[in-house]
Amino acid sequence: MKLLRVGHVINLIALLLLAGIYLRALAYTPVEASQGLAQKIFYLHVPAAIWAETAMIFVGLASVFYLFTKDPRLDRFAASSAEVGTIFCAIVLTTGPIWGKPIWGTWWSWDARLTFTLFLFLLYVGYLLLRNAVPDPGARARFAAVLGICGMCEVPFIHLSVYMFPTLHPMPIVLQPGRPKLPGSMLTTWLLSLGVFTLFYVGFVLQRYGISDLREQTEANG
Amino acid sequence: MRSPDLLRHAWAVASKDLLVELRSRTAILSVATFVVLVLMVFNFGRDPTAVSNVDLAPSILWVTFTFAAILALNRAFQIELENQALDGLLLAPIDRGSIYLGKLIANLIFVATIEVIGLPLIALFFNVRVLLAPLVLVIALATVGFVAVGTLFSAMTVRTRFAELLLPVLLLPFMILPLRWAALATGLLLAGRPLSEVHGWLNMLAVYDVVFVVLAILLFPATVNE
Repeated sequence: MKLLRVGHVINLIALLLLAGIYLRALAYTPVEASQGLAQKIFYLHVPAAIWAETAMIFVGLASVFYLFTKDPRLDRFAASSAEVGTIFCAIVLTTGPIWGKPIWGTWWSWDARLTFTLFLFLLYVGYLLLRNAVPDPGARARFAAVLGICGMCEVPFIHLSVYMFPTLHPMPIVLQPGRPKLPGSMLTTWLLSLGVFTLFYVGFVLQRYGISDLREQTEANG
Repeated sequence: MRSPDLLRHAWAVASKDLLVELRSRTAILSVATFVVLVLMVFNFGRDPTAVSNVDLAPSILWVTFTFAAILALNRAFQIELENQALDGLLLAPIDRGSIYLGKLIANLIFVATIEVIGLPLIALFFNVRVLLAPLVLVIALATVGFVAVGTLFSAMTVRTRFAELLLPVLLLPFMILPLRWAALATGLLLAGRPLSEVHGWLNMLAVYDVVFVVLAILLFPATVNE
């Protein structure tokens, strides 16, 4: 119950901060020369993408430890992280085309990074579907762990494979060798936004974890 | 467990499955018919004047094999559900890894049989030369990769609701990668390019196979242990 409330408070704070980020992005951060206002979506899109991928790695790691320790808390964390990852993936998949239409002239292209995010999204959906299809809690946790580990191991292959595709997507400008290639004020806005998305991840996972805790108690009390 | 035992036990499991199939021949005949029908669907679902056969052949080949393999994989653990045969198998004093390997070998032989039936049909219907040694290598490498993951997943999905539907939903994201590499390599080979041009794709397929076969052997016990 406590976790649920903590998660709730964190999310509210993150939501307020997100509004602040947008105020900063629109009013106090320079407009990008070639992309214009469309570039503003970058402050939402890239942090969400980073957390969508990181959440999958957390699912995989929690699954590995679950199979060794059989600690139900790890399974609950993996499930929470997967659900939050699905949401972040959905954010990336919606903001991407909104940016792509004015800049590329098309909503969707079978571009490397789009394909990668779609893959990740489908992995998450499969994971959640599998969890829903197994009634027995023990089997559900073990099956989900197996799929989570396979998913984590597939991520490097997808990465490797998509970089062999021809791409239209902008190359990394923050996480790249050498100095980030964007003005200081844009970088600050972006880093603040990454911080806010980190808060969202923590908040959502805590809330989701708290809910499964409650559900378990209700089931135990009959 | 010593490795010769592992392989011996695996072969025992595989030969049991293959014997069951050999006696009834229901599954293999159904899947072979399915392959012919998918090829017909492809033929009628396209405009032959718009796209040339050699451009379309890699897609036809891989989509057909993918769907046929999924049908075959669904069956692998389904036959163990009757009369709690799986419990009997698990009670046998053999390593879990050898049960997985046995299932994998049986599935590979099953899917390979389908491919042996399908390949000449593709050559016949779509008038492409498919009997090339490098192409056989590409098909073999890709098949090992997705059958390895598929065998692991079918052990899980068979004990869920909507087993037949869930297996493709879980498996396809893992099949698309080897499929993509194999389709690109197939396209180059059918266009008469030399083996050296598909070298990179073959390496990717081989690495994928090694990673997922090892991973599946390690993870399989978690899908059957209570």
